[in-house]
Amino acid sequence: MLTFIGIGLYDEKDISIKGLEAVRAADRVYIEFYTSTLSGTSIEKLQTFYGRRINLLTREDIEQNPDWLNYAKTENIVMLTGGDAMVSTTHIDLRLRAIDLGIETTIIHGPSIISAVPGLTGLQNYRFGKSASIPYPYTSKGKTIISHTPYDIITSNLHTDMHTLIFLDIDPVKGYMTIRQACELLLTVDSLRKEIDLKGRLAVGVARAGSPDPVVKALPLNKLMDFDFGAPLHILVVPAQLHFMEAEALVKLAEA
Amino acid sequence: MGRRKKMVERVTVLMNEPEMIRNIGIVAHIDHGKTTLTDNILAGAGMISKELAGRQLFTDSDEEEQERGITIDSACVSMVHEYQDKEYLINLIDTPGHVDFGGDVTRAMRAVDGAVIVIDAVEGTMPQTETVLRQALKEHVKPVLFINKVDRLVNELQVDLQEMQNRLGKLIDHVNKLIKGMNEEKYKAGWRVDASNGTVAFGSALYNWAISVPFIEKSGVGFKEVYDFCHKEDMKSLAENCPLHEVMNDMIIRFLPSPIDAQKDRVNVIWHGDKTSKTGKDMMEANPDGELAFMVTDISMDPHAGEVSTGRLFSGSIKRGMEIYVSGTTNTNRVQQVGVFMGPERLEVETIPAGNIAAVTGIRDAYVGATVSTIMDMIPFESIKHASEPVVTVAVEAKHMKDLPKLVEVLRQVAKEDNTLKITINEETGEHLLSGMGELHLEIIGHRIERDKGVEITTSAPLVVYRETVQKHAGPTEGKSPNRHNRFYIDVEPLDNEIVDLIKSGEVSMRMPELERRNKFMENGMAKDEAKGITQIYESNIIINMTKGIQYLNETMELIIDGFEEVMKAGPLTREPCQGIKVRLVDAKLHEDAIHRGPAQVIPAVRSAIHAAMLMADDTLLEPYQKVFIQVPQNNMGGATSEIQGRRGVISDMSQEGDMTIIESKAPVAELFGFAGDIRSATEGRAMWSTEFAGFETLPNSLLKEIVTQIRQRKGLKLEIPKPSDFISQ
Ligand SMILES: Nc1nc2c(ncn2[C@@H]2O[C@H](COP(=O)(O)OP(=O)(O)OP(=O)(O)O)[C@@H](O)[C@H]2O)c(=O)[nH]1
Ligand SMILES: [Mg+2]
Repeated sequence: MLTFIGIGLYDEKDISIKGLEAVRAADRVYIEFYTSTLSGTSIEKLQTFYGRRINLLTREDIEQNPDWLNYAKTENIVMLTGGDAMVSTTHIDLRLRAIDLGIETTIIHGPSIISAVPGLTGLQNYRFGKSASIPYPYTSKGKTIISHTPYDIITSNLHTDMHTLIFLDIDPVKGYMTIRQACELLLTVDSLRKEIDLKGRLAVGVARAGSPDPVVKALPLNKLMDFDFGAPLHILVVPAQLHFMEAEALVKLAEA
Repeated sequence: MGRRKKMVERVTVLMNEPEMIRNIGIVAHIDHGKTTLTDNILAGAGMISKELAGRQLFTDSDEEEQERGITIDSACVSMVHEYQDKEYLINLIDTPGHVDFGGDVTRAMRAVDGAVIVIDAVEGTMPQTETVLRQALKEHVKPVLFINKVDRLVNELQVDLQEMQNRLGKLIDHVNKLIKGMNEEKYKAGWRVDASNGTVAFGSALYNWAISVPFIEKSGVGFKEVYDFCHKEDMKSLAENCPLHEVMNDMIIRFLPSPIDAQKDRVNVIWHGDKTSKTGKDMMEANPDGELAFMVTDISMDPHAGEVSTGRLFSGSIKRGMEIYVSGTTNTNRVQQVGVFMGPERLEVETIPAGNIAAVTGIRDAYVGATVSTIMDMIPFESIKHASEPVVTVAVEAKHMKDLPKLVEVLRQVAKEDNTLKITINEETGEHLLSGMGELHLEIIGHRIERDKGVEITTSAPLVVYRETVQKHAGPTEGKSPNRHNRFYIDVEPLDNEIVDLIKSGEVSMRMPELERRNKFMENGMAKDEAKGITQIYESNIIINMTKGIQYLNETMELIIDGFEEVMKAGPLTREPCQGIKVRLVDAKLHEDAIHRGPAQVIPAVRSAIHAAMLMADDTLLEPYQKVFIQVPQNNMGGATSEIQGRRGVISDMSQEGDMTIIESKAPVAELFGFAGDIRSATEGRAMWSTEFAGFETLPNSLLKEIVTQIRQRKGLKLEIPKPSDFISQ
């Protein structure tokens, strides 16, 4: 049996009681930190709090050689992820592979950034369109290539009057992308494409959702870039037209 | 004031008068007398003494050149000649004739507008004569002909006057046949060499004399007189009555084009940007006030000033302090010194205008073949393609462990100075591999690493560089990204020979306008949908995007190309470079989210799809061949032919000339190591021979397994020959 458990947004205490009980009762406990991470805790703190040894899985362990899945054929295994359990394609893929191996699977949900952002900003949940991610640019033979995909998604959401939630890259070498870096990349693409005048457009940044001191700030994108959000994780929203309640919320919650 | 110093002053003045400039190269088969001839031209300008001309070998200034009696590096000399009461600036490049240093000739041909083709009257046109002539014509460099060593005809072969003239006539006819065959258009437009108008001269560089038809008319010294003087061995009178440099000047200055005349035409061949643009026009007109367009054709190290980039300035003027871009980079380099070469010496000047050959320091990002401009994104010049490819490799190790970091740096530097060298690192064993044109090439480079760069090294015995290629169509295969969210479908097949030739000759490249490129491919038999989809050419391999309308593919393409290039650098069978492979991307399924399709995902996915497809397409090895020309007395012929036959060689032609037999043959490079010693003993040292690169041919099937295993073992790869399934994930 394989149980996917979302352990929430920020620190060891964000896990549900149901989740915690499952961890304590499991034969083996696994975690991965490369699709998302909890910035208010560490694997040591998690181990102490749960009272269990946790095996950290690398990207290869999950994507290429998930041999550890075989234990789930005879034992109870839990797989911990930041946020909710099935937000990343990787986890869905893993669950499908487990099913192919004849393993029974279940999910215990956790708080997700996807609901935390509407919560912290007051932007209404049902008004969000397709989400986007901003990857670090890559270089090939001296050429730097910046993905236009996030820009495309923002543009198409704006056409249908929907907000865009934008995840920022987590890179083992380059680190957590900041709102500043994300804004710079978006503005670079905007200056090439010039389709939606992102510069002056209102955007909302959120830092450390789930922590006792989250920062939420709304400013035009070119100003938001210079705002100091402090430590990671950061996330960004480019809202569409605001409903008057959303506008009021941004004033009161995001100092707009 | 010293002679050189004075010369610099005159050079500096003339630089600004392009009609008075001639940029010329001296090219020939090995030993036909280029450096000896160069001495004479230098003496004519007062750069060396007349007494020493022909023996000083001014441009062979390197110790190793003197010891071995051959030219190794091209040498550039700027000098002033008086001709019909006017002064002319001649920028001359003396090139090496040994086939291993042919890269120097190819590069020099980009810098010059005219070439003096030197031919030994006794040996006649030799393989390398054809090669250098071909290179000149390809670059639209105009040839004139100097038939050298005429004294040998009289004194060694002891032919009579009639026979002497017959031989000379035949030689000219043969050269014209070659020119016509290589570039009929130019041949018809007046590039035929013609004794009667003075584009051919006859003489002896060693003895400092020459005649040409216009000179005979002027001086009254004709073939009969030459013959008689030679016969009497009175070279002195000949040198007095018909000084070589005068006859040469009459040929060079009258018949070779000035940069103004040459650039109009040459820019069309060496640059594929828009000819009607400002840059295009500036280059066609050699405009000294235009934006800078400089092509680096040579890089050397100066112990004091550092790296010196020498090349041809097609537009603008280059001065100290100038901020310039090397195309393909985005930061500027600052020009430090500009100067001209006078053989081993480099003399600084203030500024050098378009139409000249300039030596520049401070261009940090320069490499041989680089385009340097004041414009950041100037469309670069066509790359300089050398006809031969590196076929021999040695593994290089530092003798002392502590020198390893220095060795890495030095290897990088030598490869920068000589673009016919390739440095690779064997990832498995950490070995540094140095590949070049031949055994001599690598030996010389090895010496220089020790002598000039001060790193003691040991080198392995030479090895052959093979190529991987496929023999049939296979695929599409599926390549999955490690995260399993992206899939690429790829098939491979052999490229047609016509297409491979087109790429190797440099006639098509990714630098030319897309439409022009597409048409060239279609004219050579490629289907339209493929020609349209060509995304990258790497060596002689192509990747074609056959898909339509796949979202996000555009921003993923560079990564797909990276994956493709990685495989083309090192194929699945032996990690040797690939050749003649057509890779087609037929479908792709990409993850919506850009984070899930970065380099770590796309490159390995593409790589494994190509690996698998190649292995399914009967991936095999090609081995390099060399043409071997042998001249041997009939008595020793048997020894020579059995040397060839014993080396998997094939004799394609045998002819008789006097009592000499001329053997034309071809043999694999792998079998030719040690040939020099073996043929010497097989023919009592009586054979003269030379080699030339003859391309790659499929390795006989009976040898394939053994060679593959050998290479894999040497490279520290798993000995087991890989299977397609190793690269396809479940
Ligand atoms: N008899 C005779 N010997 C000549 C003549 N010109 C050159 N030589 C000799 O030919 C040999 C080669 O001359 P080089 O000038 O070094 O030839 P090269 O073409 O520069 O040779 P590489 O640069 O090595 O290709 C030397 O021994 C010269 O003395 C000539 O006119 N007559
Ligand atoms: Mg020479």
